[in-house]
Amino acid sequence: MGERVGLEVSIAAAEAVKMANVDVIAAYPITPQTHIVEHLAEVVADGELDAEFIPVESEHSAMSVCCGSSAVGARTFTCTSSQGLALMNEIVFITASMRLPVVMVLANRSLSGPLSIWNDHSDVMSIRDCGWIQVFVENGQEVFDHIMFAFRVAESQKVSLPLIVNVDGFILTHVIEPVEFWDAETVKNYLPPFKPVNRLHPDNPVTMGAFGMPGIYTETRKAQDSALIEAKPEILKAWQEMADLTGRHYKPVESYHAEGAETLFLTMGSIGETVSVAVDELRAEGKSVGQLSLRLWRPFPFEEFRQAAAGAKRIIVLDRAVSMGGQGGPVATEIRSVLYKEKNMPVVTNFLCGLAGRDVTVEDYKAMFEKASKMSKRRVREEDYILYGVRE
Amino acid sequence: MEQLNVYASRLISKKEYFAPGHRACQGCAEALAVRNVAKALGSNVVVASATGCMEIISSPLPFTNWRVPWIHVAFENAAAVISGAEAGTKALVRKGMLPDLKTVFLGMGGDGATSDIGLQALSGAFERGHNFVYVCYDNEAYMNTGIQRSSATPFGASTTTSPAGKMKHGQFTWKKNMAEIAVAHNVPYVATACSSYPFDLIEKVQKAASMEGPAYVHILSICPTGWRIPPDRAIWIGRLAVETGVFPLYEVVHGKYQMTLEFPERRPVEEYLKAQGRFRHLTPDMIQRIQRRVDIEYKRLKSKEIFEEIW
Repeated sequence: MGERVGLEVSIAAAEAVKMANVDVIAAYPITPQTHIVEHLAEVVADGELDAEFIPVESEHSAMSVCCGSSAVGARTFTCTSSQGLALMNEIVFITASMRLPVVMVLANRSLSGPLSIWNDHSDVMSIRDCGWIQVFVENGQEVFDHIMFAFRVAESQKVSLPLIVNVDGFILTHVIEPVEFWDAETVKNYLPPFKPVNRLHPDNPVTMGAFGMPGIYTETRKAQDSALIEAKPEILKAWQEMADLTGRHYKPVESYHAEGAETLFLTMGSIGETVSVAVDELRAEGKSVGQLSLRLWRPFPFEEFRQAAAGAKRIIVLDRAVSMGGQGGPVATEIRSVLYKEKNMPVVTNFLCGLAGRDVTVEDYKAMFEKASKMSKRRVREEDYILYGVRE
Repeated sequence: MEQLNVYASRLISKKEYFAPGHRACQGCAEALAVRNVAKALGSNVVVASATGCMEIISSPLPFTNWRVPWIHVAFENAAAVISGAEAGTKALVRKGMLPDLKTVFLGMGGDGATSDIGLQALSGAFERGHNFVYVCYDNEAYMNTGIQRSSATPFGASTTTSPAGKMKHGQFTWKKNMAEIAVAHNVPYVATACSSYPFDLIEKVQKAASMEGPAYVHILSICPTGWRIPPDRAIWIGRLAVETGVFPLYEVVHGKYQMTLEFPERRPVEEYLKAQGRFRHLTPDMIQRIQRRVDIEYKRLKSKEIFEEIW
């Protein structure tokens, strides 16, 4: 293994991209993604990385350039946030349909309006059904590891799908953390060169992006859905091999004191570590509480989630986005559906918190737990969701 | 046009890279332009197409008319996609992962995909200096969606969104000069062409491909369906467009203007307008306005050529 250094998580992410020896980086500046792209521009300018750095004129073109470069078989990386993701939205969906294994770091940030540069998950939730593999990470080490993981999984011929690594903007991208780098040998063992299933090359002409009439469109959607679902064994294999090489074990659903706990928090992303502290303190007070963290968001790990949640009486789902006019947060809505057919289905209590970077502390999570404990044990419509801490 | 002679047709490859059997309308001169562009570039090419007629007619899953590598992603991003393909290939060649074949990268789109929705992506790709050719097939409206006006629709033309009615007389804005916008990017090569002049078109596309850096070819592509003309008149109308000066053929090599086809006397614009259903409603007044505008623009273009000579 390489050395353990303290540095900004954005820089660690860029260094991981560099070590993955990407061929093309296309990106447009947007807060809080900028440090990652700036550092990549630097390493290309200094000759530390031999790649084409393409400073495009918009995020829409960023993703379009990525499609072109991935289609010729170049290892391709991009990075964006919030409005940038919204602008490239159209091409994000097409990238997955065309099975182009682009890797994107999404420095999660709230969507306008009002304009806000701070962290929540409203950007990524807007593209929930885009067909990309989507993972969430909690700290700098996980960011570094998951960039290696991203290229490895996305480019595997069995998968050939784009992949998003969700990194909380500012809260994670801009903090300094200890990160254990991989050495070159480990990278080489873990990440083979990109060999695309098809590439745009004069020696073997292929047509990519043909249009689908009603007679064939449904079949293409089925094929794409199956491809995403069938990516899971490769995802699990990639995590297993990473564990063998680095000693760090990752799972689709991480659990913390979950076994036997009556109440479970469900988190995604960097708030997970704060919730763990709250869980420790609550357990010290004798409360039966644990925590699940959803690492793999798409393809959704149904089996793993049901197993991890088995036996719980209540799940407190912490959503970082509002599903306007719906039943609270997008994650809770989905979790209710996932658990619907379970015997003794736990009550799903949904707190929407930490919108646009508003601080949520250990005390807040403890307060949520207390509040949830006093709620009905049955499913009551009025208690579908609570926008935590909102001033009305 | 200097190479145009009676043997020219024999010098053109008989090989087709844009295969027959596509679904274009009868008499489509845009499909003809695409065929000749493909012929001009041969097999060592990668093509990125915008959404539009040419994409729809040539790639209905599971069929394709493309005998060269071809990609379509969306409407407004052909220039960005081809710049990605160019950059990706460049990186792979430099890193020794692919042999250097000197492949030509071709982006293509209609007038809407080029001068409206895709203008930003094209401008970006020009500015970044990718080594690619962009061809605009200009049929002067959104024909694929049913003849809606674009910024390339000429003044007076009736389309489904600029209809000639009791109060308004079709398109009330003048055609956006896309070739001049390309020139303003200081790209090494810009040319106009028309599928009615195939040898000139092929020569220009090959010249564009031979340039280091971005090159732009704007091809007037007559659309019988949208222009309301009989399918067998497309070539003739294209010639009229050039002979009247409505669509002059010229090239700009490293900023130097050069007319590529000129006539001792330009034919009156009226002949061109009267032949098309989309201009049927024009009053003599409007025809005169159009004639004046064509005269001014032609003079302006000529003066650029002369200016270059003096300078």
